[in-house]
Amino acid sequence: MNKYYIGIDLGSTTSKAVIINEDDEIIGRGITNTRANYSVATEIARMEAIYNARFSIMKKKLEAEINLKPEYGRYIDDLETVFQYEQFKKRLDNLKGEMMNAIESYFHGEQIERVKDKVKHIFQTIEPLIKNEYLFGNLGSKNQFFRDIVSEKYNEEVSKLDMALFEPLMTVWDKSITVAENVVIDFNFGELIHEAMDILAEKYEKLPEVAAGDKSINFDAEMNLLKGNFRNVSETLREHIDEVANLEFNIANMTGTGYGRALLPFPEDCIRSEILCHAFGAHAVFPETRTVLDIGGQDTKAIQVDKYGLVTSFQMNDRCAAGCGRYLGYIADEMSISLNELGPMAMQAEKEVTICSTCTVFAGAELRELTNLGEKREDILGGLHKAIILRAMSLIARSGGVFNEFTFTGGVARNPAVVKYLSQLVRENYGDQIKINIHHDSIFMGALGGAMFARRNIKADLPSAKKAKAEVEEI
Amino acid sequence: MSNPKEAIKEKSMIIQKDMLAKLFTELSTAKENGKKVVYTFVPGNVTELILSFDMLPVYPEINALQSGMRKKSASYIRDAEKIGFSEDVCTYVKCDIGMMLNGNIGPTGEKMPEPDLLLLSYTGCFTFMKWFENLEKLYPNVPVAMLHTPYQEDGKITEDQITYMVKQMETDVIPKMEMVSGKKYDPERLSKMMVNSAKAEDLLVKVLESAKHVPSPIDAYFAGVYYIGPIFTAFRGTEEAVEYYTELWNEVQERMRLGLGPITPEGELREEKFRLVVEGPPNWTNFREFWKIFYDMGAVIVASSYTKVGGVYDLGFRHDPEHPLESLAKYCMGCYTNLNLPQRVNLLADYVTEYKADGFLINSIKSCNSFSAGQLMIMREIEQRLGVPVGFIESDLVDPRYFSYANIKNRLESYFQMLEQRKIILAQETSEAIA
Repeated sequence: MNKYYIGIDLGSTTSKAVIINEDDEIIGRGITNTRANYSVATEIARMEAIYNARFSIMKKKLEAEINLKPEYGRYIDDLETVFQYEQFKKRLDNLKGEMMNAIESYFHGEQIERVKDKVKHIFQTIEPLIKNEYLFGNLGSKNQFFRDIVSEKYNEEVSKLDMALFEPLMTVWDKSITVAENVVIDFNFGELIHEAMDILAEKYEKLPEVAAGDKSINFDAEMNLLKGNFRNVSETLREHIDEVANLEFNIANMTGTGYGRALLPFPEDCIRSEILCHAFGAHAVFPETRTVLDIGGQDTKAIQVDKYGLVTSFQMNDRCAAGCGRYLGYIADEMSISLNELGPMAMQAEKEVTICSTCTVFAGAELRELTNLGEKREDILGGLHKAIILRAMSLIARSGGVFNEFTFTGGVARNPAVVKYLSQLVRENYGDQIKINIHHDSIFMGALGGAMFARRNIKADLPSAKKAKAEVEEI
Repeated sequence: MSNPKEAIKEKSMIIQKDMLAKLFTELSTAKENGKKVVYTFVPGNVTELILSFDMLPVYPEINALQSGMRKKSASYIRDAEKIGFSEDVCTYVKCDIGMMLNGNIGPTGEKMPEPDLLLLSYTGCFTFMKWFENLEKLYPNVPVAMLHTPYQEDGKITEDQITYMVKQMETDVIPKMEMVSGKKYDPERLSKMMVNSAKAEDLLVKVLESAKHVPSPIDAYFAGVYYIGPIFTAFRGTEEAVEYYTELWNEVQERMRLGLGPITPEGELREEKFRLVVEGPPNWTNFREFWKIFYDMGAVIVASSYTKVGGVYDLGFRHDPEHPLESLAKYCMGCYTNLNLPQRVNLLADYVTEYKADGFLINSIKSCNSFSAGQLMIMREIEQRLGVPVGFIESDLVDPRYFSYANIKNRLESYFQMLEQRKIILAQETSEAIA
């Protein structure tokens, strides 16, 4: 039986899980927002990674077929999305239940039914909207997590209603979302996947009419192939789908990391520092790496590694987390835009307004002041992003500088403006010849390193540089 | 933290405790007994000279660290800040000023006597000068004697420097001591004391160097700060100090013979997993918690620079009864914080090699410029020269606001895991090479 290894990175903002096989290939990824109950966050990330792994195992198995018939690949991808929607729907039902309970305990008399009606109405409105966004891939890059998606839609609906309802509806929300979020819901993969196939059939059936009316759907070649053919595709794939649904998943070992690692429900010897994990993950993907910068929610770490991917020294921000991921979150809130819009907006900057990055709260005040003075939002954001990198540069200098290849990891590496200023300043300070690596899985590097540690613990065979390189080419 | 265990007490610990209790009682009754009191500093102190005039020394930074360990420093610092001391001022200074503002009740609860002489010996730390300017204002009628210790800018002590220091002692320090104490300078008595100093110094070096043994019978940082207590402060040159160090050395020899590890407040360390060299003073407000992190990881500090602030005796210096004032001058100039950065790097690098350390760690003190300046350079030098894993944590001397347990633990955990991984890899590389 195949063995798999899991690494879980419980960060201050997001919890990530990565599953690898015996060849160190990533076969499953899971991510969720970190919440009060760490075990739940861990469990959700873990489950998501296992589901994702089932899909990727299937795709790997059918690699040859998919190459010949790309519509198969498209079908599996669509199926995974619908599958995710179904989980979402179950969580939404659970939240609705929590809200109904909350209404009964916080309100009296007639008010109970009045508020219930409104909440039901809101759910009736947002449910199809969300379903549609999932099915037709319109969720976009704005939000990723249950809480964000629902809260955005809920708030939107509440704002359309009478102001007198604002207070009670927000109270119900506040009382219920945390409870709902801290519950683990058991999903039956087999059941859910078959339901997903049915929903998908519905979607494909309607395709021609939807397409005629909605220009936003990207009608590519694969979709065209599926349009008249989806029944055949789904019947051919059914046995493979059943197979992965029934696949017993043998997790041979696991490693927990991240700032919440001590609280993970793992045995003590399975817990490892995130500094080691980020370095190990980054080095495995880019073996020539000697300097790693990781910007997470509350930590910035500058790490020096040797040829084995082992840490030789590191520097972290102490006492203050200004300039980390949470700083960006705060700024996004101040500007009333979503976190994922920050970077692209900062990319439009024509100049960088000078902003102090030593304190998050003060930066917020500075931002308002600069807006009053007539500075453009884009230019202010440009300045803010540059300020973060200036802070990171000082940590890098403290840790010894940049050697050989430089790899940037952590959630913030997804932000294009951060990447822009980082590349600019690293080259300015350490020369044009420095190779800067940013992987599309950068947010998963810590979990990947953890999973790789988990795999090696069993064999007790840490890789030599040469071996690590060979592995990377496969990834 | 759960209830701390009752710490193991060895005979030497009891002796030291009694010595200190006696000293603080003597200090609290000094005025009644007509004893004169000299306020001075630990690094580069001239304790034998003070004692030879039958005067009692008070070391403000020792009071501050004691207040820190007894959880009194937070309110003292707050009081000093109330009257205008900035957040960035050395926390020893603020703790000390705060203590004086609160009736000068010492760490043991007994009143500290007011000074009869302010002896400013400033070695390696220029804050000392500002500190005494403040004390001068608090005690306007007390004479001040200055003893300036030239910094070892060129990494060596010259004859001119010795002459300069001896001259300061002869023309300023000694006359003021004579005036305050009403006694004549007695070089013979001073020489006799220095015989005791040298004896105790020999024994201290043996104790500290016992950490070269594997496993180390002592922790040369956390326990080391107790070992240096008597000799760095009021007891150098006394019979009691010699007795204390004789007992301590016997205990350490016995531990070595039995192959035992260090005694810690949590109990004896059973397995020595990591040997470390540490640069920088410890944190005093959370001393036991701080130590426990190392204990829990099986880490022993085999050598530290902090235990050299009152003399780098392992480099060979001894007080010399034949040339008392000259040897005091050499002593003052040889203290750790008076060494230049290349000397500090060399010393620490030698420690890593000689004490077979697995790693080098810096505890950088927020409010101590004299220690912290240059530490990143030191760290990088050691890493490049020796290829050992280096670590860097930050805390403070006696300001509890700057001890972040979670942050420090997180960094230390990462550091220890780094060391562990390295051990595994190096073992594999070696076995592969052999195969």
